[in-house]
Amino acid sequence: MKPAPFDYHAPRNLEEATGLLASLENVKVLAGGQSLVAMMNFRYVIADHLVDIGGVAALSGIGVADGALRIGAMTRQRDLEFSAEVKRHCPVLHEALQHVGHRQTRNRGTIGGSLAHADPAAELPVLCLLHDAEIEIASRRGTRRMPMREFAVGFMTTALEPDELVTAISLKLWPAGHGYGFQEFARRRGDFALAGAAALLEVAPDQSVRRAAVALFGVAASPVRLDAAENGLRGKRLDMAAIATAAAEARSIEPLEDIHAGADYRRHLAQVLTRRALVDAAQRAGVTIETKQT
Amino acid sequence: MSKHSVSLTVNGKAYQREVEARITLADFLRHELGLTGTHLGCEHGVCGACTVLLDGHSARSCLTFAVQANGREVSTVEGLAAPDGELNVLQQAFRDNHGLQCGFCTPGMLMTLTEFLRDNKNPTEHDVRDVLSGNLCRCTGYAGPVAAALDAARRMRENA
Repeated sequence: MKPAPFDYHAPRNLEEATGLLASLENVKVLAGGQSLVAMMNFRYVIADHLVDIGGVAALSGIGVADGALRIGAMTRQRDLEFSAEVKRHCPVLHEALQHVGHRQTRNRGTIGGSLAHADPAAELPVLCLLHDAEIEIASRRGTRRMPMREFAVGFMTTALEPDELVTAISLKLWPAGHGYGFQEFARRRGDFALAGAAALLEVAPDQSVRRAAVALFGVAASPVRLDAAENGLRGKRLDMAAIATAAAEARSIEPLEDIHAGADYRRHLAQVLTRRALVDAAQRAGVTIETKQT
Repeated sequence: MSKHSVSLTVNGKAYQREVEARITLADFLRHELGLTGTHLGCEHGVCGACTVLLDGHSARSCLTFAVQANGREVSTVEGLAAPDGELNVLQQAFRDNHGLQCGFCTPGMLMTLTEFLRDNKNPTEHDVRDVLSGNLCRCTGYAGPVAAALDAARRMRENA
């Protein structure tokens, strides 16, 4: 299991990187390499050129400004996991990171790499979808920003053109005190999830829902927002019945089927995990939920 | 396919080699430097046997190309024991707690735990099991390695 030969390029800045992507054929961007190198070892991926963006310092960093958490594409999952800013402003991301691979892969893996790889069972793309992230993209032709809903177009497929790379991700922050929940089911710790759900809730003083966001992953070709569940919750008083009704919307998905789980089982997991994520979110927003039904 | 110059330090010693870009850090350590303590199990990032420290952080050397380690510090299992062969605290704890049987996964476990115990002086069993989830072992059922890690943490605290 060795990769096929390729030429290696190590640009020192973004301009060099986009120049290489514009001029080379059959080229892949190497960020953390935790998915790409495995696929190259299997020769699922045979690239003629690798552009290693690990030396482009401007692509790493975490900052909060204008109600958004902006993360450089090359920022390591480890640095997100241990970031006080992430934990304070975007606690669901902090929680989700505990489920991303293992310590050894989080030390190398990056957020931009996870987005560009677009595995349907990956945690970071669904977090971007949940937080209405904008993806910043660069090429020699210029830069553009794209909502996550448009970026993930299908199974391990993004809207990136071959000469483009992700440079940063901006997650829209929710107000302090919002509730959050993240649930996934995997056969073993660190395995890809068979299904997972993430939820955010903003609750008014009378315990009615001001705003809800619910997203699923591992169940379809790319992460899914449950718009029907969100709309159903808005304005409702939060209790177990309201949460159960919203979670039932998870059954509307058209799940993947593979050797690990059939469609019916994934639909069941999606509903249960959505309910649990919403219960966690409600409780963290300060609402007491009677949970004996879960 | 052009060759690339790779200069790095491994266990404090400087090395320089010319290698193809497709050579993983694991194969570089084993074949170019003769440091065969780093084992290759799955070669696709699942088993953790090839774990080394790259600038002090555990990493799978089968998912890192040697060219990416250019200019960096690598630590491998060969660097753990004293020059006279005396085992370090973690290695001795593995020996005393039946932390290994066949020993194939042990170098990876030791390197994972070297980083972990450096950063976590008083871990719980849950913490240890969580960090070892990235290292597969087909012999021990993990009871021995977990006990060894907790014992090593205790010994390190007592020695501190």
